[in-house]
Amino acid sequence: MTELPTSTDRKLGLVIDLDTCVGCHACVISCKGWNTENYGAPLADADAYGAHPVGSFLNRVHSYEIQPANDAPAQLIHFPKSCLHCEDAPCVTVCPTGASYKRVEDGIVLVNESDCIGCGLCAWACPYGARELDPVEKVMKKCTLCVDRIYNENLPEVDRVPACVRTCPAGARHFGDFADPASNVSQLVADRGGIELMPEQGTKPVNRYLPPRPKDAEIDVLAPLLAPVAQEATGFIGWLDTMLEKL
Amino acid sequence: MHPAPSIILFTALSGLGFGLLAFLCLGYPDVTGWVAVVFFGFGFALAGGGLIASTFHLGHPERAMKAFTQWRTSWLSREGWLAVITLAVTGLYAAAVVFTGTKIVPLGWLGAALCLGTVYATSMIYAQLKSIPRWHHWSTSAMFLLLALSGGALLSGTVSAAIVLILAAGLMQVFAWTTGDSRLRDSGSDIASATGLGAIGKVTAFEPPHSGGNYLTHEMVFVVARKHAMKLRVIALGLGFAVPIFLLLLPFNHVLAVLAIAAHLAGLFVLRWLFFAEAEHVVGLYYGKR
Repeated sequence: MTELPTSTDRKLGLVIDLDTCVGCHACVISCKGWNTENYGAPLADADAYGAHPVGSFLNRVHSYEIQPANDAPAQLIHFPKSCLHCEDAPCVTVCPTGASYKRVEDGIVLVNESDCIGCGLCAWACPYGARELDPVEKVMKKCTLCVDRIYNENLPEVDRVPACVRTCPAGARHFGDFADPASNVSQLVADRGGIELMPEQGTKPVNRYLPPRPKDAEIDVLAPLLAPVAQEATGFIGWLDTMLEKL
Repeated sequence: MHPAPSIILFTALSGLGFGLLAFLCLGYPDVTGWVAVVFFGFGFALAGGGLIASTFHLGHPERAMKAFTQWRTSWLSREGWLAVITLAVTGLYAAAVVFTGTKIVPLGWLGAALCLGTVYATSMIYAQLKSIPRWHHWSTSAMFLLLALSGGALLSGTVSAAIVLILAAGLMQVFAWTTGDSRLRDSGSDIASATGLGAIGKVTAFEPPHSGGNYLTHEMVFVVARKHAMKLRVIALGLGFAVPIFLLLLPFNHVLAVLAIAAHLAGLFVLRWLFFAEAEHVVGLYYGKR
């Protein structure tokens, strides 16, 4: 059913810490692995060893350079992007078949692949590029928030989080319930000023990004007090230096 | 956006077909018998052919019937319903004209209104998308409706209406282009809002997530032929609007009418190609492509 629920019992989603992410792409690979081996159509690659390889991924890591206005050193930010499980998800309402839906119990946006006709309109409606048509199965693929892990009692409790969160070696990804103000994700957003992507699109995304902390302006506060390491050249190099100065 | 030939064919032909059926249902031209068979047949072939073309881009066309279920929220679903109902109502009207020679006038009015409703639903599939600021505007629907009406007037040989409607469509197209060119900029979406990093400083895309293309870049970050956009706009205006109006202003004969239709059709295809190729999806911002 493509009518959006007016409210959901829980709002499950991710917090992604842009200060901590090192851009290793481990989340991309673990996501591709889990979602190829488990729920739904496998995430295919077409022409994988040819001239124009193309494949479907549910999570991709962009990198951006930011030049601060005050002439401070430029910053390189690694930016993982996946479905934001929007409260006002435009991808759901445009779907003609009812394959796309948002769950009332936890707010996860999912695709029922056996109902998907592969028209691609939901991918057009998403401003974030969170949906990709699988090149082999020709159905729409998107992040499921690892719905087959988070409730899976056959897994050890520590593994009942999305694959990307479980695998992140830097601890840059956090999973939780945004409807609960006491949850880990709500607290992180409150403490660090978590941001919404493209709020002007009116999608009310659930996932939040923690902005990078400001970089130190000076390299080391003690630097001016240290003795210089470089010394005057002596011997042949010293003579050469003096001679070249005189030329 | 990637200008897929199946979608260009679908929107252009079904628009023309429903435009022609609308005029025929209103009694322009006033035809009966075999002439009516040819005119209505042409309308149904264009409208139906366009709809069939639209299924060619589906990943799973065998499940197309499921698209009738979500008319409460989905313009694509509404368009499917309206198209089927319109073909049924206009079919009934046409059958009465052809087989009994009677014109059921209220049914004709209903059929014509449904034709325009279907074209409006088609336009809303695009105009509803906030993620593509150029399309997210009333002029998209106005453009689709005026092009369907002017094509219908031209195909039905309603010369005086055709001249006025083609002129109106041309002016609306120029308005859509001139206002549309700044709509992405005015939408408030840019690389700063897309990444949320604008507060720190100037954001530039440093490295994409993948070395090749992907579905998103193929489908939504289409930039290839924009460099010729201005030339193509002039060509489209000439073929689609100026040439047909000039030919229609000359003393009427069938050769000129066919030439006018051919020019309008060619112009329409260029227009529709530009409609997709020039549309900037905001996901391109993540790739530093806007």
